[in-house]
Amino acid sequence: MTEQEERGRRASGMSDKLAARHFSAYFGQLRAIHDVNLTFPANVVTAIIGPSGCGKSTLVRCLNRMHEVVPGARTEGEVLLDGEDIYAPEIDPVQVRRRIGMVFQKPTPFPTMSIEDNVSAGLRLNGAALKRPERDRIVERSLRQAALWEEVKDRLRRPGASLSGGQQQRLCVARALAVEPEVLLMDEPCSALDPISTARIEELLFELKARYTIVLVTHNMQQAARTADLTAFLYGGDLIEFGNTRQIFTTPARRETEDYITGRFG
Amino acid sequence: MKDSMAKADSGSASGEVGPAGAAGGGEAVAAAAPGDLAKAAELGARVKLPVAARGKIFEWAVYGATGACIAIIAGLFIELLANSWLSISTFGLSFLWTSEWNPVTNQFGALPFIYGTIVSSAIAILLASITGVMAGAFLAEFSPPRLAEPLSFVIELLAAVPSVVYGLWGLFVLGPVMRDYIEPFLQRYFGFLPIFAGTIYGVGMLTAGVILAIMIVPTVTAISRDVMRAVPNSQREAIWALGANRWQGFRMVVLPIARPGIFAACILALGRALGETIATTMVIGNRPAIAASLFAPGYTISSVIANEFTEATSQVYLSALLELGLLLFIISVIVNGLARLLLWTIFRPMES
Ligand SMILES: Nc1ncnc2c1ncn2[C@@H]1O[C@H](COP(=O)(O)OP(=O)(O)O)[C@@H](O)[C@H]1O
Ligand SMILES: [Mg+2]
Repeated sequence: MTEQEERGRRASGMSDKLAARHFSAYFGQLRAIHDVNLTFPANVVTAIIGPSGCGKSTLVRCLNRMHEVVPGARTEGEVLLDGEDIYAPEIDPVQVRRRIGMVFQKPTPFPTMSIEDNVSAGLRLNGAALKRPERDRIVERSLRQAALWEEVKDRLRRPGASLSGGQQQRLCVARALAVEPEVLLMDEPCSALDPISTARIEELLFELKARYTIVLVTHNMQQAARTADLTAFLYGGDLIEFGNTRQIFTTPARRETEDYITGRFG
Repeated sequence: MKDSMAKADSGSASGEVGPAGAAGGGEAVAAAAPGDLAKAAELGARVKLPVAARGKIFEWAVYGATGACIAIIAGLFIELLANSWLSISTFGLSFLWTSEWNPVTNQFGALPFIYGTIVSSAIAILLASITGVMAGAFLAEFSPPRLAEPLSFVIELLAAVPSVVYGLWGLFVLGPVMRDYIEPFLQRYFGFLPIFAGTIYGVGMLTAGVILAIMIVPTVTAISRDVMRAVPNSQREAIWALGANRWQGFRMVVLPIARPGIFAACILALGRALGETIATTMVIGNRPAIAASLFAPGYTISSVIANEFTEATSQVYLSALLELGLLLFIISVIVNGLARLLLWTIFRPMES
């Protein structure tokens, strides 16, 4: 365990939910992530910051085995979920993704489904068909958690694509929450949103971290400072620095971190 | 006679062009317009016309191309109507539901041909839509790219094989196979159904349906593959991230998004099946009778036009054949109209 990680751990005072160990990720010959060690404690928002192209998306996509759906992509190292390697040969990536949910940069509501069908899409994947009242209950609970219920409760049968961009993104959060994942990965969830929708999503993070382990990718440093307990700075595929958010933003240990947060590059 | 030959050409051409023209009408406009536009743009660029004038040329080219298409279709319809007027006034609506086709007594009824056209095309689209969509899904979603590329190439080649080649193959290969293996098999296990009862000839409605299906399956496959590939990858990743396997992702997300396009592909293919002449003529048996059994010979509108046009000796006979052409044209328009209606009413509500 590195000193940095130790610092992050102490800062949170929490148990590790998810951890990358000597993890590298490739696109063909290109190594996008370079031997990263990083720990995500439970019930904590961990932000991943860094300039565009530094590998933030690649890293989070590795955490729920979405990286490997890209042709030619491969990985090295381990990712431990509750101490168990999700890259072990006997592990089914489909099962991993049910435990580690994901929200993408661009809202991706399913265009042929209604709002409620969007939310319950993941519930239909388990084989066992849910009874209508049970399903309605989960839809309502998820939409409430995503702070969308009040806005859509009267039009649950309307298409998901009829919502505004900010609402669509919260719909995607609700959809991810409906299957009750343990970890929620969010890849720049606010980059396509207006300030009001962004504020709503940020509020959401505070409520959600009571239940989930959250990994938030952002290129917006104010957002990281506002919402994250821990912050990891990634640069050129390397993990440069990881620790308490306040410490990273006020007294960064590394030169590159300081340059980045003071806006000297990126 | 020269005159009637010319009419023969326009008559059988209507059989071929009618459906495709109606189905692909929009595309024909789209295909014609960019060419004209490119030319107009080139012209505009070369003589250095002011931008506003170039815009006007664009506009005219678009209107011109669209107008020409509409004019051609309208002209075709009017010409067919005028030339079949004798038959229409002689037989009236009974032309549509009587079965006697007798040049000797000049008694003409179109029902067996309408029936043959619709049934053979229905068999074709049933078989072709199922296999074509499955093949398209395989190429777009499930096969490794290294396999998908050559397979796609072969399938597109199949679409380019001339119909007469399919007809010959149908007559000499498919016909005997149907007669000796497939139809006896169907009769043995499903013979209790009237459609699989009766004498087996080899040539007949079912064989025609199968050869038509083989001819249109490349269209269905290629278009379904393209519309499935056009589904954004972000949609697939979104459902996979929820814990869907490939098949679930395909069924829940890709297929519903691609469905209107697949439906359009099937309609386009159905248009080709309705108007296909030569291959059907070679394997359907050419007997103007309606039989419950799909093994029995039948006749289609386009086949009878092709077979009998040159022999049409009386005015009313010729006119009856032209009225058949008109009917084929109307059937294609109805099929395409219904398809449009379905696209609007069923598929629209969930889009945006
Ligand atoms: N599908 C891909 N194929 C090949 N290279 C990719 C692909 N996606 C990302 N990359 C490369 O991987 C690196 C990291 O990209 P990414 O993780 O998207 O960065 P970020 O999210 O931090 O902007 C970049 O150099 C990018 O060009
Ligand atoms: Mg990114």
